[in-house]
Amino acid sequence: MLQNDVILETHDLKIYYGDFKAVTDVNIQIPQKRITSIIGPSGCGKSTLLRAFNRMNELVPSSHIEGEIIFDGKNLYDRDVDPVQVRYRIGMVFQRPNPFPKSIYENVAWAARIHGYKGSLDELVETTLIKAALWDEVKDILKQSALSLSGGQQQRLCVARALAIQPEVILMDEPASALDPIATLKIEELMQSLKENYTIVIVTHNMQQAARASDYTAMMMLVEGTRSGTVIEFDETNKVFTRPGDKRTEDYVTGRFG
Amino acid sequence: MIRTAKDTKSLFENNLALRTNQGKTWHVIFLLVTILAIVSLTLLIVNIVDSVFGYVVINTKVDPATLMVDGLALEDQTKAQLTEALRMNLSSGAFNKLNTEKDFGDRTRNEILALVEERILKYEVLESWSLADSLFRKNSVIDEYSKLVIENPRATLKFISWLTWDRLVRPQSSEIVTAGIRTAILGSLWTIIITILFAFPLGVGAAIYLEEYASDNWVNRVIQTNINNLAGVPSIVYGILGLAIFVRALEPLTSGSIFGLVDPTTANGRTILSAGLTLGLLVLPLIIINSQEAIRAVPQSLRHAGYGLGATKWQVTWSHVLPNAIPGILTGLILAVSRAIGETAPLVVVGASTAISFDPTSAFSKFTTLPIQIYQWTARPQPEWQHLAGAAILVLLVLLLGLNAVAIVLRNKLSRKY
Amino acid sequence: MKNNENKLSDSFSRQNTTLKKRRRWSESLIQGSLFLAGFFSILTTAGIIFTLGKEALLFFQKPEVKLFEFLTGTAWQPHINQFGILPLATSTLLTTAVAMLIAIPLGLTVAVFLSEYASRKVRNFLKPILEVLAGIPTIVYGYFALTFITPLLREIFGKDVVNIYNTGSAGLVMGILILPLIASISEDALAAVPRSLREAGYGLGATKFEVVFKIVLPAALSGISAAIILGISRAIGETMIVAVAAGAGPNLTLNPFKGAETMTGHIVRISGGDLSYDSIDYDSIFALGLVLFLSTLLLNIISQWIVKRFREVYE
Repeated sequence: MLQNDVILETHDLKIYYGDFKAVTDVNIQIPQKRITSIIGPSGCGKSTLLRAFNRMNELVPSSHIEGEIIFDGKNLYDRDVDPVQVRYRIGMVFQRPNPFPKSIYENVAWAARIHGYKGSLDELVETTLIKAALWDEVKDILKQSALSLSGGQQQRLCVARALAIQPEVILMDEPASALDPIATLKIEELMQSLKENYTIVIVTHNMQQAARASDYTAMMMLVEGTRSGTVIEFDETNKVFTRPGDKRTEDYVTGRFG
Repeated sequence: MIRTAKDTKSLFENNLALRTNQGKTWHVIFLLVTILAIVSLTLLIVNIVDSVFGYVVINTKVDPATLMVDGLALEDQTKAQLTEALRMNLSSGAFNKLNTEKDFGDRTRNEILALVEERILKYEVLESWSLADSLFRKNSVIDEYSKLVIENPRATLKFISWLTWDRLVRPQSSEIVTAGIRTAILGSLWTIIITILFAFPLGVGAAIYLEEYASDNWVNRVIQTNINNLAGVPSIVYGILGLAIFVRALEPLTSGSIFGLVDPTTANGRTILSAGLTLGLLVLPLIIINSQEAIRAVPQSLRHAGYGLGATKWQVTWSHVLPNAIPGILTGLILAVSRAIGETAPLVVVGASTAISFDPTSAFSKFTTLPIQIYQWTARPQPEWQHLAGAAILVLLVLLLGLNAVAIVLRNKLSRKY
Repeated sequence: MKNNENKLSDSFSRQNTTLKKRRRWSESLIQGSLFLAGFFSILTTAGIIFTLGKEALLFFQKPEVKLFEFLTGTAWQPHINQFGILPLATSTLLTTAVAMLIAIPLGLTVAVFLSEYASRKVRNFLKPILEVLAGIPTIVYGYFALTFITPLLREIFGKDVVNIYNTGSAGLVMGILILPLIASISEDALAAVPRSLREAGYGLGATKFEVVFKIVLPAALSGISAAIILGISRAIGETMIVAVAAGAGPNLTLNPFKGAETMTGHIVRISGGDLSYDSIDYDSIFALGLVLFLSTLLLNIISQWIVKRFREVYE
């Protein structure tokens, strides 16, 4: 992997909730404009790691980290870094669709407006919804409440909402876990079309999804004898699933784990 | 010693029937007591309605026929004619005093008519009966009346409602037939508006701070505990606080003198402004606690969605948390307002006026409110004033019922969303 | 597509795309004002303590007043400089006792009925009624005491025995006022008792009555005591009912059929007249207010403490 293709890089990252160390010693390099998936058994800190990338963990008062996450040549956790600015450039899609109880249009336009978008909002909403493959379904009902959409549509709207402010990275926390298979497929197709312009990091509990949708895979597991998770293997998805370098990964991906 | 199963069972009294009966008895007791609670509420309402309608014997001290002008009865006379009647029949001192209180030119015709009835005709209620007496003991009512009419030939027996439209729009008065609650209603409205203006922004602001901004440190814990304790302070203590702070210490402000707006009839701090601020302090903890609950009910995922887009804390609070919490916040506000509208004790201490018959004109006017009026009428020794107090209570209860209905509608709107 | 992308990007003011922390003055300003709004409540408490304390101190510094006499004197007659709080305090306690005699058994019964026996339908009908009862202004209760309960008492016990103004009538009606408060807090406490406890009881073959009385009620005891203490605090501070119905004039008596002025009733009567600042009457209001404030505060704190301990058991 060439150094200038890396967009996010962690150095000895440890994440704590109070005294509890949830994630330990993570050293990975997330490649630019690729899809990277984080897999592993539940409770091993996948979401915690993901949320560390745009400092969402800070909303839990007791959490703090050690080590560093380098983005754009800067440690995201340096004292002079602004979490708001971080989230402006590293967007997020959540596990359950959580649209604002506003109109579809407003959901997409809101963040653009608060970040001082100077172009035409109508145009932005349209382009973004086209990119999120939602435009054809909602173009006639833009003024309707976003809560009237189906779960899958809501989740694509949440993706659109994140896209509207053109982040460099989009973090997705099990974005399809609350959706039916068809809606899941649509989200995966959407991810493929987005990776041309965006870096995507996705947490998933679904190994097939990781195998078919991502370019790189990070395998997480609890460190033996502790409750702290860590990345035990990180490589091209192909390699992780066909020639894993770690016995535990092999057991997990072939279903022999647990 | 070894016991067989049969032995062991026989160690228990076979008392199931007794135990079941015991349970049934208590079930009935519970039901009866609960019904008692409902009955007491019903009695309270019935008692009020009972006093608002009924027979009265009304008499005038002066024959209205003597006040006819050009064959016109009092009701049909113009403002000028009524003013003239006052000038003719009152001592010039009394007439001038009325004129200095409020210029006759500025008074409406109805106000002057009320003055004529109050100062010249002098209606009086010789006897009054409750609704129950009027309906079920009509014979003794008529007996009583026939005795009274011998001494007072102009006395008439009428079945009246003490609550009429006329009572609502007439100013307060010391004569029972003309006394109305207009002054008190307006006083209540003025006071409540000031209470809301003062306590609502402050209360919601404090709630936002405690729910969205405050980290878990000792300062914020002290603030939270303090608010919970303030909610339990007796209302009369707020009255004492209002007396010391608003009426006395801040007199230049509350009397309006630093704005050069002193109301000629007051010239001290016992004003609507002081009353409103005192009630504001009283309901502030309620507003804060209710708003906090409403803000807490907004799903966390909504905040995360906002932060995930790089919004600042205030942007998230303003655009997402508050719009979704507003029905709950407003419900809390209405409950607080209902509390404030019914409060009496703190306003007595702050210095409600015992007798004012003018509409309040500014926040620096003297004040009376609906509950104060009820208190003063209830406390009068003559029993007929209690009918009037009952009528005012009915108005107050209808007002509160309306407010509560609005609160329920808002609450339902809130629960439908998520 | 690429072109379009650039065009959109340019529309954001991204000249500052570094991650450097920005000073957001408006955000700090907002946070500051919100903190002040929160801090205002501290000022209120400070105001209460300061004004009550200061004026009460002035009261006790007057040559006519002695602290010992204030606490133990059996007469409160300002015109002859006697300031013994006992007559006022006794009648406060008397009305409170009568009120609690009504409110505790009735309130608890209603709570048990609502939480354990009533069907959903009955509960949905009864709870709003209790809420309405709790929301009626106290002056209306005072009117009810004077115009309904007092005549009723005089009818039952005789007009010679029961005075027109009496503490019993006021206490009784105060009991009705406080009933919903005790009922609703106790019901919360009963509802917080875990299901598993009840099931354990039924599993041992207990009847419903036994489960309720021997398992649920004892388990909810601390919550119920908190409700009762809160009720007492409310009764001590209650003003308008006693001002209207309990009588005007301090009177050291334990007879609930005689009139006697409570602390709150006295404050209302004194301040309802023409009260000149710096008079001894004016200062005495603050001394009485301080006693009221401290005693209700103490009761509220005890009640909160009990509730907090109670929560720790189950959550």
